[in-house]
Amino acid sequence: MSKLPDLWQDGLAAGWKVTDASQGGPDLKLECDVVIVGSGAGGGMVAEQLSSAGLHVVLVEEGGLYSSRHFNLRESEAYPQLYQESANRLTADKGITILQGRTVGGSTTVNWTSCFRTPADTLAWWRSHHGLDAMQDAALQPWFEQAEARLNVGPWQTDPNVNNALLAQGCNKLGIPYSPIRRNVKGCWNLGYCGTGCATNAKQSMLVTTIPAALASGAQLLTRVRVQQLLLSPGRSHAEGIVGQALGPDGIQPSGRRVEVRARQVVLSAGAIGTPAVLLRSHAPDPYRLLGKRTFLHPVVMSGGLFRQRVEGYNGAPQSIFSDHFLHTQPLDGPLGYKLEVPPVHPLIMAATLPGNGPVHQRLLKNLPYWQVSLALMRDGFHPESVGGSVGLRSDGTPVLSYPLGAVEWEAARRALLKMAEIQFAAGARVVLPVHEDAGLATSWRQAQDMIRQLPMQILRTRVVSAHVMGGAMMSADERHGVVDQTGRHWQLDNVTVIDGSVFPTSIGANPQLSVYALALRAADALRRRL
Amino acid sequence: MTINRRQFIRTGLLGAVALGVAARLAAPHPAPGFAASAADRQLIAALGRGMLGSLPATAPISLVDNTLAAIAGLPLASQAELRQLFDLLQQPLARMALGLRPAWPDASAEQVRATLDGWRYSRLTLLRSAYQGLHGLLYAGWYGDTASWAGMSYQLPASMKGLLNE
Ligand SMILES: Cc1cc2nc3c(=O)[nH]c(=O)nc-3n(C[C@H](O)[C@H](O)[C@H](O)COP(=O)(O)OP(=O)(O)OC[C@H]3O[C@@H](n4cnc5c(N)ncnc54)[C@H](O)[C@@H]3O)c2cc1C
Repeated sequence: MSKLPDLWQDGLAAGWKVTDASQGGPDLKLECDVVIVGSGAGGGMVAEQLSSAGLHVVLVEEGGLYSSRHFNLRESEAYPQLYQESANRLTADKGITILQGRTVGGSTTVNWTSCFRTPADTLAWWRSHHGLDAMQDAALQPWFEQAEARLNVGPWQTDPNVNNALLAQGCNKLGIPYSPIRRNVKGCWNLGYCGTGCATNAKQSMLVTTIPAALASGAQLLTRVRVQQLLLSPGRSHAEGIVGQALGPDGIQPSGRRVEVRARQVVLSAGAIGTPAVLLRSHAPDPYRLLGKRTFLHPVVMSGGLFRQRVEGYNGAPQSIFSDHFLHTQPLDGPLGYKLEVPPVHPLIMAATLPGNGPVHQRLLKNLPYWQVSLALMRDGFHPESVGGSVGLRSDGTPVLSYPLGAVEWEAARRALLKMAEIQFAAGARVVLPVHEDAGLATSWRQAQDMIRQLPMQILRTRVVSAHVMGGAMMSADERHGVVDQTGRHWQLDNVTVIDGSVFPTSIGANPQLSVYALALRAADALRRRL
Repeated sequence: MTINRRQFIRTGLLGAVALGVAARLAAPHPAPGFAASAADRQLIAALGRGMLGSLPATAPISLVDNTLAAIAGLPLASQAELRQLFDLLQQPLARMALGLRPAWPDASAEQVRATLDGWRYSRLTLLRSAYQGLHGLLYAGWYGDTASWAGMSYQLPASMKGLLNE
């Protein structure tokens, strides 16, 4: 628990309408103008916009309410409390580990604060290959500016931590261009614990910006409610609201309490995977069988470099340097390009992620402060064979993503592992370890090359992770090619709007939060006008 | 030779799965979730010995309790999968088909590690996923515990001293 000031304490004392549905009681029945499912990047933005326009908004969130006073920087508490499936959501074949938030503020409460506008080449591709004529740079600019102003997005004035600085140093040696990352923070303490919830309220996540603002203008928040489905009209052309099940205090087992919210408009902001799942459970019309399809991940591979000096990748802003060089060395729809960044390096996640066991693994962890870790985010969804994954439902109704990795992804993974090792040696690494079950410690770039060329590229050997889930309810210019229109409105359900990362028709090719925010502001504006 | 061996593993595994399912069906009232038993605790301790080896700690770490707490935090579908895996591993024939002769409590760290390494590099993704699942759980159970931190000379940021309630 942090003893620093917590705006939620004051807000709740001032009478914000927040109901923790796990606290038992009779079934809940509410009515409102707009019900929003999910309180992450999309849901938070739209909640503020619509409640400040005077509409009665109810925000329904599956996760619990945790705010700065609960954040104590401990991974063992943060992952079960704040993440989907305890930060261990897996694809159907268990080949990819997916990080997503599940708490008030969604993934923004735990994300790493890196901010990028949607790259121009991605928008151009959406126009030329997906017919999204509204996705013009100039037309979107004001929405990016509004989001950046709201969340204090700006250059990071402090020196990068050593983990990031070594990426810069290695790139520099090899003549690879790199740049600093902009961040959405205000008065950041440079601690490095964005991923366990910001204990100092510096991160301008939905938890401390739009959601408090929405509550202050009269919105209502229900937590620990898993929305099951839409209440559809008999003709299945209209939603009358949503039904959900309250979870028990453990956040896992449904308590038996039923929650029903009737509304004029339904906004789905449950995130990619979550939003398609609500629509699938509702048996929403899907005449062209596109729902849940084309889900993208920016699949990530990682490389560890062991340095003589202390790196302490757990201290300092997690991400402050990136290189897009390898996104531009081949055509957008050619062999997959990748973005280079670094992750924060904390003990639990590092121990679970590094390969091996027994004494070998023990030595890796003993050196925790000396590891620099780099990551490569592969840009999926452009190459003709990179069609992403699809969301389905388990027998208990919970969603599961199948995302088979094919030759195209594995080729890029190997290329990225090679390049990261080269950069780490150039920065002065003593040893490099590709994060792969069959890899050993390479002591020279030559040795690393020989090893990485031989590594079997297979799931559950090559470690692949993702913190960027996108797509599954994609936008399109006509109803035959997507689930929603270019303002997020569902093609078949006239009062259902999707406002989150599931509307993207490809991956973004950059960390996606700012793309979600800007498109959310734009969609919220269109929705407000419709009302 | 390798083909024969592979075939053996495959049939052995299928048989083992069938046994596990039978055990599950025979259980009187499957509770939702993992519902740990005394045998599960012994199994976790044995798996931990093999996976982690002996590690330094500044205070006793209950790997078993930490692992069970982590399992209890998973969604019910994952808990049910782990239940199946644990039931399977506790069937003597299945355990032997999967590479371990002695019963779990009697197996040495080396024997358990060799078994785990067999799954780790198996051609069957099912076995590799069992290995990776246990790897994640057990290491989270250990390194999530503050008593393991000194072994890595890791500590929370000094600037937060006194600002965190325990
Ligand atoms: C660890 C981590 C680090 C990241 N770092 C960055 C970064 O530095 N920069 C960046 O740009 N992006 C980053 N991202 C990604 C970014 O945060 C997400 O892309 C963005 O938040 C997605 O917004 P969203 O609205 O689609 O979904 P989310 O923000 O994930 O919100 C979805 C919400 O819906 C809730 N929900 C789901 N299903 C239901 C249901 N059935 N009923 C009720 N509620 C439901 C979830 O609990 C969740 O709170 C990171 C993500 C993670 C997990």
